[in-house]
Amino acid sequence: MSRAAIIDAGLFATLIAVVLVAQAAGEPFVITLATKAAIFALAGVGLNLVLGYGGLVSFGHAAFFGIGGYVAGILASHAMSGQPVATFPFTMQGSNEMLAIWPMAMLLAGLAALAIGALSLRTSGVYFIMVTLAFAQMLYYFAISWPAYGGEDGLSFYVRNTFPGLNTFDPIQFFAIVAVLLGLGLLLSALIVRSRFGLALRAARAAPGRAVAVGIRPFGIRLTAFVISGMITGLAGALYADLNRFVSPTMLSWHMSGEIMVFVILGGIGRLAGPLAGAGAYILLEHLLGGVSEYWQALLGLLLLVIVLFAPGGIVGMLNGGRGR
Amino acid sequence: MSGPILEVEGLQKSFGALKATDEVTLDLRPGEIHALIGPNGAGKSTLIKLITGEIAADAGRIRFEGQAIDTVDAAGRARLGLARSFQVSQLVPDFTALENVMLAVQGASGESFRFLRPALADPALIEPAAFHLAHAGLAGRERVAAAALSHGERRRLEIAMALAMRPRAFLLDEPMAGMGADGARDLTALLSDLRAEAPILLVEHDMDAVFALADRVSVLVYGRVIATGSVAEIRADPEVRRSYLGEQA
Repeated sequence: MSRAAIIDAGLFATLIAVVLVAQAAGEPFVITLATKAAIFALAGVGLNLVLGYGGLVSFGHAAFFGIGGYVAGILASHAMSGQPVATFPFTMQGSNEMLAIWPMAMLLAGLAALAIGALSLRTSGVYFIMVTLAFAQMLYYFAISWPAYGGEDGLSFYVRNTFPGLNTFDPIQFFAIVAVLLGLGLLLSALIVRSRFGLALRAARAAPGRAVAVGIRPFGIRLTAFVISGMITGLAGALYADLNRFVSPTMLSWHMSGEIMVFVILGGIGRLAGPLAGAGAYILLEHLLGGVSEYWQALLGLLLLVIVLFAPGGIVGMLNGGRGR
Repeated sequence: MSGPILEVEGLQKSFGALKATDEVTLDLRPGEIHALIGPNGAGKSTLIKLITGEIAADAGRIRFEGQAIDTVDAAGRARLGLARSFQVSQLVPDFTALENVMLAVQGASGESFRFLRPALADPALIEPAAFHLAHAGLAGRERVAAAALSHGERRRLEIAMALAMRPRAFLLDEPMAGMGADGARDLTALLSDLRAEAPILLVEHDMDAVFALADRVSVLVYGRVIATGSVAEIRADPEVRRSYLGEQA
């Protein structure tokens, strides 16, 4: 096992260990914090695929996070009320089953990523950042002005969605679901990065002219990565809605896009477990410093500045002694 | 195989008022090295980019192995076997030399949409890549990151990547750029052998190399081909002497 792989496994093991200790100590709040960190990490795993390996600075991943969240919220609220979600072209009922919600959340987030990516990937650099931001903000304002699902106030659904054989209300059981999905997300991400597709994606970032010269079309590669990325972040959004039993336009706002980006940068851009380290550190700081001052994010900003200037490999890069990926 | 591999006919490209490529007609025949020379700004690189498809021509036709390729994009032309090298090395810096060539093998195969199997352990990529690296004189340098290679080694890596494209024709844009005398001599020998693999359209400033290698030479001045012929014919051409070679040639 390489040192990088040991660090990745160690970070994941730390997350599990924290939760087991919290369980033994009877601290469900800590488990909920860890669950939140794991969900944010999964959202970051999605973004890291395009930002870290594809070099595409998407400032609109809140769109996919929010879509995943609203799919969970809308299906759950319809399951509660008994009203069908749609009656045309076919009748579609709500659902409170995670196994039905997740694929739907990933499908819709993926379709949104396909549309947004197809348009935004025609630009690059700062234009790409702005176009992805603009699409996410469009969805944000749409959600605010759509009264059917709570508009600005958001949508509560009171009862956490169900998973066969588990009690999702039990913090540790819900955490287990999230941890397995995070593990799968990390595994998928590791496989993709090492695959032929990953090779092409990294080449398209570092030397796009070369990619074309060897017969690889960067657009198709990037769009595919963008869709996979959106689907992973969408799944995280559905889990986040379930964690809070609430979705609101906040999940779609640019603050959220920025936060997901912070997880990736703090943890280490293009490092497999970077988003996990970043989201964990973020939650930790929010919890520790948030108690001291409501302006804790000023300190977070300072920390980010230090990371970007002195440790561009983020937390994982520092653990790896500044060595390569 | 008797007809030309590559035929360029009446190619035109303007940037604003500047005619970078002006009615260029030339061809590349099997087994030959066809050198393209001319002063800076004559439009040599523009012509290469038009042929590779990186930029679109305003008018004219390009045929490759008898097929019109005007509507084929750059990646598609590369996959057809039109292999190019860059004037300024374009390598993936954090890939090793071997990985760079593996990328070229993968690109030529057209199979980049595979997501789960590890590419770096795939013998279908490693074996041909190692072979082409050795052919270009880089045996033993497989595991070195491209960014850590010397300038001369990077020029060779460019050649290895072109070889890995299963080329039907090479477009080499100043492969000797920045090489010392020894390096240039070694590379000249390599290029001379390369024409047996596929014919070469060679853009080069190093006149010693051009005169040693070329079967035919075309001279480009202000976007126009002012002469095409054997090395002896070009050296004797009064217009070429006046406009480019100068009296010392």
